Amino acid sequence: MLPAGDKSGAGGMNKIVKKRVLIPDRVSEMTIEAPLIASKAKPGNFAVLRLTEKGERIPLTIADADPELGHILIVYLVMGKTTAFLDTLGEGDSILDLCGPLGRPTRIKKQGTVVCVGGGTGIAAMHHIAKGNFKAGNKVVSVIGARSKDLLLFKPELEKISHSVLVSTDDGSLGHKGMVTEVLEKYLQNDPEVREVIGVGPVPMMRAVARVTEPFGVRTLVSLNSIMVDGMGMCGSCRVTVDGKNLFACVEGPEFEASKVDFDELMMRLNAFKAQEQISMELFKQRKQS
Amino acid sequence: MKKKGKSKVRPRTPMSMLDPKERAKMFSEVALGYNLKEAIAEARRCLQCKKPSCIKGCPVDVDCKSFIRMVAENDLHGAFTKIKETNSLPAICGRVCPQENQCEMVCKLCPTGHPIAIGRLERFVADNYYASTSCEEETGSGVCIPIDENLKVAAIGSGPSSLTLAGFLAARGVKVSVFEALHAPGGVLVYGIPEFRLPKSVVQREIESLKNLQVDFLCNYVGGMTVSIDDLFHQGYKAVFIGVGAGLPKFMNLPGENLIGIYSANEYLTRVNLMHGYRFPEYDTPVPPGKNVVVIGGGNVAMDAARTALRLGAGNVKVVYRRTKGEMPARLEELEHALEEGVELEILCTPVSFHGDEQGVLQKVVMQRMELLEADESGRKKPVPLEGDFFELEADLVIMAVGTGSNMVLTQTTPELKLNKRGYILADAQSGETSMDMVFAGGDIVTGAATVVEAMGAGRRAAKEILRRLKA
Repeated sequence: MLPAGDKSGAGGMNKIVKKRVLIPDRVSEMTIEAPLIASKAKPGNFAVLRLTEKGERIPLTIADADPELGHILIVYLVMGKTTAFLDTLGEGDSILDLCGPLGRPTRIKKQGTVVCVGGGTGIAAMHHIAKGNFKAGNKVVSVIGARSKDLLLFKPELEKISHSVLVSTDDGSLGHKGMVTEVLEKYLQNDPEVREVIGVGPVPMMRAVARVTEPFGVRTLVSLNSIMVDGMGMCGSCRVTVDGKNLFACVEGPEFEASKVDFDELMMRLNAFKAQEQISMELFKQRKQS
Repeated sequence: MKKKGKSKVRPRTPMSMLDPKERAKMFSEVALGYNLKEAIAEARRCLQCKKPSCIKGCPVDVDCKSFIRMVAENDLHGAFTKIKETNSLPAICGRVCPQENQCEMVCKLCPTGHPIAIGRLERFVADNYYASTSCEEETGSGVCIPIDENLKVAAIGSGPSSLTLAGFLAARGVKVSVFEALHAPGGVLVYGIPEFRLPKSVVQREIESLKNLQVDFLCNYVGGMTVSIDDLFHQGYKAVFIGVGAGLPKFMNLPGENLIGIYSANEYLTRVNLMHGYRFPEYDTPVPPGKNVVVIGGGNVAMDAARTALRLGAGNVKVVYRRTKGEMPARLEELEHALEEGVELEILCTPVSFHGDEQGVLQKVVMQRMELLEADESGRKKPVPLEGDFFELEADLVIMAVGTGSNMVLTQTTPELKLNKRGYILADAQSGETSMDMVFAGGDIVTGAATVVEAMGAGRRAAKEILRRLKA
């Protein structure tokens, strides 16, 4: 038994006040009552949550924060045991442990045109960064992509804060048929005024973003999603090689200059616990059925 | 080997231990502690010196002489009260303090090779304290002081320095709130030191006893992120103590160091201790499996990691260290325990590269042989590589226990805090005061990685100063 402390302390009981299914059985968003975190959270920050006394700690990006209502928004893709369990929770339930905000926030300044690229669930995380840029007075161009139209997240929300929202889908059901980075490349060819590109999404997408922007010489950042335990610099699980240096994504990131990131290594390290993750997920499914 | 003329001294009363072969398979506490008879026998060996030096050897000023006399007289209640006067965490100190470098080193009997086993006695007294939790027994003072809710002090971090500070201040009527970033309080006592050396129930008991003094423990608060130092003053705290520990694990910047299978000791131990990964999949957090384990480093953390890996079923565990056994910073007792249990030692060598398969899974470590040069002006023998002398170690798990650096989460969001070149907080050695008014700091975030009891000493000194200021 670990010593116990008061968990309601972090500003409320971490109650789920609203749950919205974005893609059935895959992606949902939760609005959580967490006044202290909401009052401090900035674009780019993440939170760590734990759901049960035997649960693991997982990092999730804070997709939005409302300091007045004391709410934060998280968006999750069901991909492992913890997110699958999270998906069984609904309005009125509480998150056992919620800790944040963590990570260095995005450095946002008024600078002109900023292109925000989001892929899959990464669009949700990108949304907070786009919103921050919009508030700072930048011209925000959002470029989002998914496999098909039904899987595109946050398009209406992004339309409110973006000068334009450019879309790509793998199957061509909406916008450009193909990769999100093809849309990005075309945009960069036509607009020489772009000051910054920020990419959030699956590793192959972020790597492609880095490759596409390089010839244009435009400052490009990506937000990395490496495995974390504590999320506050203590363990080094999230270490990534950036410009030849070993950095911790949790406290020195999660955003890094895209061209300097060793994406192959990141990809490899994300598989470190694949076998155990499968065991956990299988057991969870069995228990859910019985 | 008898030393001349010293043969009259009765030897130290031995403490029973779990059998090395048995214990290497389980997490139960290794050292079993004295029983009453053994404790009294040991206490009676004490010379009760007129000018005792043991007290001066203790970073938290425990009156060793007096409490030992009380044990000898079978007054365990009195002994506990005496220890608690200055030490908030006796059951922990009795287990993890390096007494051989402190109270026991300066014991008058030390030159005989048989100093009084002060640590074992302290542990015995604390473990035997099961009685009521009345104020008197908690505080060691005869009078119950009511807690003044307006006299509030905040401690950031809930490791040994903050716990000590909380105990000291609460016993004197100050309301203390302890803010912990993780989901359970205790800091390194919970995530770092393994169960077989410091059972979590012991930490829990010490924390419960602080809660009885109305100390609040608030989890999931990250100092500098969830709550800033300014926020705390706005909330009415009169002083803030920073005891966030060091934390950031060091790596060696060697080729292949980020292969799958290479972990910091912090990560490995946190997965096992805090997250209970050894009970995966009942608990969600996995622990990396290891058949051939190489632990790099020669300190207590290296020993903890090696002994943990052994208990988790490793076929063989090697601790590699670039100097020799004599220079290892680990406590002798920890090293001996590890060796008894089957940990192997590979000295005078250091890793130079790590190699894995196509999936990036670690397979072997290339090691370089070292030799020691004579001690330089720093007094330490310098290890230098033996040109061209390499060998390989097969390994599927490598644990890096090569120290920690300063964690910048709090300091980078609090620019008013002055830091030294290595990123640690500058604090007055006596009072713990920092560059910010009424903000104090102690423990590893000031000194860099050190011992539990040194952090406790810093917590105690800061608490004294805070109390003086609050009452002034």
